[in-house]
Amino acid sequence: MNMLEVKGLKKYFATQKAVDDISFSLDKGSIFGLLGPNGAGKTTLIRMITGIFYPDEGEILFDGKKFDPANDTVHIGYMPEERGLYKKMKIGEQAVYLAQLKGLSKQEAMEKVKKWFVKFEMQSWWNKKMEDLSKGMGQKLQFVITVLHQPKLIILDEPFSGLDPVNSNLIKNEIFDLAKNGATVIFSTHRMEQVEEICDHIILVNLGKKILDGGVTQIKKDFKENKFSIQLSSLPAQVSGSSFDLIEQQGNKLVVRIRDGYSGNDVLQHFIQQQAGIEAFHEILPSLNEIFIREVEGTRARTRAFQPIT
Amino acid sequence: MNKIGLIIRREYLSRVRNRTFVLTTILMPLLIVLFIAGTIFLSIKGKEKLKIAVVDDNHFFERNLKNSNDISFEFPAGVDTANYLQKGYSAILLIPKFEGTQKTNYVIRSKKSIGLGSKETIEGKINAAIEDNMLQQSGISRSQLDSIHTRSQFAELKSLQEHGNKTEESNQALAYGIGYSCGILIYIIMLIYGMMVLRGVMEEKTSRIAEVMVSSVKPFELMMGKIVGIGAVGLTQFLMWVVLIIVLTSAVQAFIPHDTLVQVQALQQHNGNMPGGGMVQASEQAQQIYNIQHTLGTANWPLILGCFAFYFLGGYLFYAALFAAVGSVVEDVQNSQSLTLPVTMPIIFAFLIMSVVVYTPDTPLAIWASLIPFSSPIVMLARIAYGVPGTVPYWQLILSMLLLVGGFLFTTWMAGKIYRTGILLYGKKISWKEMWKWAFRRS
Repeated sequence: MNMLEVKGLKKYFATQKAVDDISFSLDKGSIFGLLGPNGAGKTTLIRMITGIFYPDEGEILFDGKKFDPANDTVHIGYMPEERGLYKKMKIGEQAVYLAQLKGLSKQEAMEKVKKWFVKFEMQSWWNKKMEDLSKGMGQKLQFVITVLHQPKLIILDEPFSGLDPVNSNLIKNEIFDLAKNGATVIFSTHRMEQVEEICDHIILVNLGKKILDGGVTQIKKDFKENKFSIQLSSLPAQVSGSSFDLIEQQGNKLVVRIRDGYSGNDVLQHFIQQQAGIEAFHEILPSLNEIFIREVEGTRARTRAFQPIT
Repeated sequence: MNKIGLIIRREYLSRVRNRTFVLTTILMPLLIVLFIAGTIFLSIKGKEKLKIAVVDDNHFFERNLKNSNDISFEFPAGVDTANYLQKGYSAILLIPKFEGTQKTNYVIRSKKSIGLGSKETIEGKINAAIEDNMLQQSGISRSQLDSIHTRSQFAELKSLQEHGNKTEESNQALAYGIGYSCGILIYIIMLIYGMMVLRGVMEEKTSRIAEVMVSSVKPFELMMGKIVGIGAVGLTQFLMWVVLIIVLTSAVQAFIPHDTLVQVQALQQHNGNMPGGGMVQASEQAQQIYNIQHTLGTANWPLILGCFAFYFLGGYLFYAALFAAVGSVVEDVQNSQSLTLPVTMPIIFAFLIMSVVVYTPDTPLAIWASLIPFSSPIVMLARIAYGVPGTVPYWQLILSMLLLVGGFLFTTWMAGKIYRTGILLYGKKISWKEMWKWAFRRS
């Protein structure tokens, strides 16, 4: 069941092909990571999904039907990377105003804003102006405003930037809750460790094209290098063996790569036979960070140069 | 509530609930009045005082040269060009003997330079004195001449205009006054509120909320919401001023004694003459009030006010769109200067044209300026005060209105295209050339 389907999307500007034929689909209730280096086309892609830009080619299906910006934007919550709210407007009033623009009635908006303010312990700040808030408060407020109207699709661009660990955790838990309650979340960030923590599924774009698309675990498996970590209680006489290459050795901890044709059991056998006690043995999957760097560096330029349209 | 309505409401309330709004609304008229009073006061106080010693070889000026408030002439003995300063005179006037009516120069010497105004006053006084002398020599005294002058002023010109079957009294001075006031009012309003629209549109950019807003509403809706909301603020302020003026004039009327009011009523009923023949003379105050009311009454107020409202709105919408377009591409007020110039120039120019047209409302310049939407809001009002369809034929009025409507529809459409691109752009310095491209390229 797809919340969003994007087919053959293209957006060309005078100086570059920002989005050059991208297609993917998102399941309802899952959390997607939209990754890519700076200038990859992420923001342009997001702006097309939120109806701010119109694609030059391709189509967008929102909840099974053709995307209709005028009516579908009430079901979308968008937190752009460029954070900002009206500086001199009281925040309670502002949250209600923005919620009304998303289709809520004044009463509903009031209720929901109050509820979220209490949840985030912001109720005493109702009459403060944006300019009186600390950065962390401002971020939390912006998050609240993004999810207030119970959108079906939530797009968060670097939602944790500038947040301390406590607030980051708060937001993270909220994201999980929202997904559990059926919302689909697109999460764009450069912090790969967060992606591993939060996302089910990732899409990696570069130079306007999609270069990876799959579940997080699946992709890591796809990129695995057969690396394993072994923790021994004591080192045996013969550390290296025929079934593997020894990559690293730190005290009793070894990192090995299993050679083709052999399995983990062969490696364990090698040590068990020497009476070495095995304390831990697990696969080391590449981190998304490593995968990201490898993929992006592999595909020509890391940052985009201006290309004229051909 | 639909989205534009929400935006209009927010823009309106956030400005009207401000303390500064109430303050400016009340203080502005006060400031204008003080400004006018101040300039008058200064122009009086600013006259220079001169004490002039006169050496007159003709020996008749002493009798005839009259002093004014600021310039006094004295005829002391023993003062010459060497010692007049020491003796306390600001200047010395040397008048040589006149030979018949041959052209003669007379000289004034002083330490400080004498201003143009004083120079003209002195010349005037000398000429008057010479004239008096010549009159006396032909046997006419000044007081005789003055009496004749006053008594001959019994004829007064009343100007009537053809309006179909009837003729109506037209009053040029009034037309000038009304035309000029309306013109200057619209000029000031368009500049002030235009700048307000500019700053208002920049608000989304500077607070970085543009992207969030545009993901909820269409850029065009946001732009129109701001323009209409700010326009409503202007309208409110204007209405408050009107109310203030009405209250003040009623307050002033309360100070007029009852008898005078009765006399004014009588004058009104009998078309300027007191009943009962010349025996009962109305007081000067009553006459004055009657005159003011009568002249004001000759103007076609419903037409003037209706047109004022139309051109006020039309002119505002026309220029507000342009200001909005500029505001959407700048991030701070400094950068906006160079872009705002092509928008404010036509407004200022229109005002200059108006100040000429209000004297001569029926020239080709006047006609063109009252048709082109850039200047018509300011110039047309000046012409309308002279009368429709007299000075302004119906077809001109209708054409001007249609052009203005077409004008603001066009500028709004153009601004919409510029706004939707500019509002999300940060960091680049945009020129009018680029804005033009956005407006007319692809949809």
